[in-house]
Amino acid sequence: MAERKKSFSVLLNGLIKENPTFRLLLGMCPSLAVTTMAKNGLGMGAAATFVLVGSNLVISLIRKIVPDKVRIPAYITVIATFTTIVQLLMAALLPEINKQLGIFIPLIVVNCIIFARAEMFAQKNGPFLSVLDGLGMGAGFTLAITIIGSVREILGAGTWMGIPVTVNLFEPAIMFILPPGGFLVMGFLVALFNKLTNKKDRNAECETGCGVGCPGCSKAVNGGEA
Amino acid sequence: MENMLYVNSSPHIRSEVTTQRLMLDVIIALIPAAFAGIYFFGFRAALLIAVTVISSVGFEYLIRKVLKRNNTIGDLSAAVTGFILALNLPPELPFWMAIVGSFFAIVIVKQLFGGLGYNFLNPALAARAFLIVSYGARMTTWTRPFTTAADIDSVSLATAADIDAVSFATPLGALKEGSNLPELMDMFLGNIGGSLGETSALALIIGGIYLIARSVISWHIPVIYIGTVGLLAWIMGPNGIFTGNPLFHILAGGLMLGAIFMATDYTTSPMTKKGTIIYAIGCGVLTMLFRLYTNMPEGVSYAILLMNVSVPMIDRCTKPARFGGKAHV
Repeated sequence: MAERKKSFSVLLNGLIKENPTFRLLLGMCPSLAVTTMAKNGLGMGAAATFVLVGSNLVISLIRKIVPDKVRIPAYITVIATFTTIVQLLMAALLPEINKQLGIFIPLIVVNCIIFARAEMFAQKNGPFLSVLDGLGMGAGFTLAITIIGSVREILGAGTWMGIPVTVNLFEPAIMFILPPGGFLVMGFLVALFNKLTNKKDRNAECETGCGVGCPGCSKAVNGGEA
Repeated sequence: MENMLYVNSSPHIRSEVTTQRLMLDVIIALIPAAFAGIYFFGFRAALLIAVTVISSVGFEYLIRKVLKRNNTIGDLSAAVTGFILALNLPPELPFWMAIVGSFFAIVIVKQLFGGLGYNFLNPALAARAFLIVSYGARMTTWTRPFTTAADIDSVSLATAADIDAVSFATPLGALKEGSNLPELMDMFLGNIGGSLGETSALALIIGGIYLIARSVISWHIPVIYIGTVGLLAWIMGPNGIFTGNPLFHILAGGLMLGAIFMATDYTTSPMTKKGTIIYAIGCGVLTMLFRLYTNMPEGVSYAILLMNVSVPMIDRCTKPARFGGKAHV
């Protein structure tokens, strides 16, 4: 029972509590660059999820064989393998989205989310939990960049997933599909996300138990007093 | 008896100056420019000013309600923002775009960062930059003074010919295109194309003198900013160095409006005199770089916005030394 509860919380962890984009602020580059359309966010998220699940699984399987000193090159090789697979798959099956995402598909190799999960999770946990973590994190990333993409597409192009929403009613503000709009939408969504999920955090205990140093602790302390 | 020994904490010196009074002075100082705009661009200019002022105050009221903060429309700062925003817009801009601009200025730039005194950019200028990036064609459709332009809203901006039918280049636009430049006297009075309130240097200078006389702003930022622009215009002339016409660049575009009313915003300008000088020179240098070496005709708004964000850095570098302490930097 406890085991099942733990796997469930690992799966949900990436969605809200440690949402890679809104909470951990990892993988900012694709989050800002490809989110001009909701569809792009979905495609990018799916590709990253595939790589995350695959690399988390393999890395957790080989974690006891790989010597600590060479773990980074070993992980890179694993991640690059899965990235190549997803790149070729997308080129074959979804050429249109592949064209839109362009360089950002091969750049999944150096995406911080995948690396962070390999180092922080897959290296320390078994294959089953690591796959769940990859799924959860991937879902959280997909959710986040699809939301960013939706906001930017609706405001900046007046469409959603390519379907006209407001484009016939008034001129969309194209700033939102340009780089400044990306930063703006990103910043305000992070603020909003943290505002909405902050209440839960106040009662949360700091998991790492590191004392006063980390943001998690200070938040818990301040929140407790407030 | 107890009241006789009552001593409260500092400040003991009080002044009659309130936020409301300062903002009222700014509004008074803007009136000549507004009248010039209405005189040259017709009744629609007055409507545009009314729309931005009312929508700005309305958004301020609503967002403070939503954020459960106290009501601050009484300090008139929202009205000033709306007023300055209107003077920054082309006279024939659709009203709903002006309202979007007010929303961006008040809700996004001002209130979400904490309200008056906490905005990191000048709200009106940030809104102008937002509108220029978003609705580039509309924001650069200038009308000829004294032509009511037969209701530009009915003209679709689909073809270049349509735009030409109602548009009129600003002096800086004409400079970029290499076409005929307007007379300096017209530029001084405001008989040129441009944003609603930026064309008449005379009216803006009258407002600026009023503000300086009332000690609302000090002379440093406007004078140094405009002086830097004039000096650089003279040095970086079209036919080699020291051949430029400083007066043209001083009177053209939004320099007067920017230097007098927007660069001097208390929140987004440095605190020390030394910092102020660095800030004003920076504004001037950036303005001239944008005007001469980029593909944009005008650079005042981006120059001021860029200097706005560097104000915390300037403040840190110009912090005065504590008495007996070591100087910073």
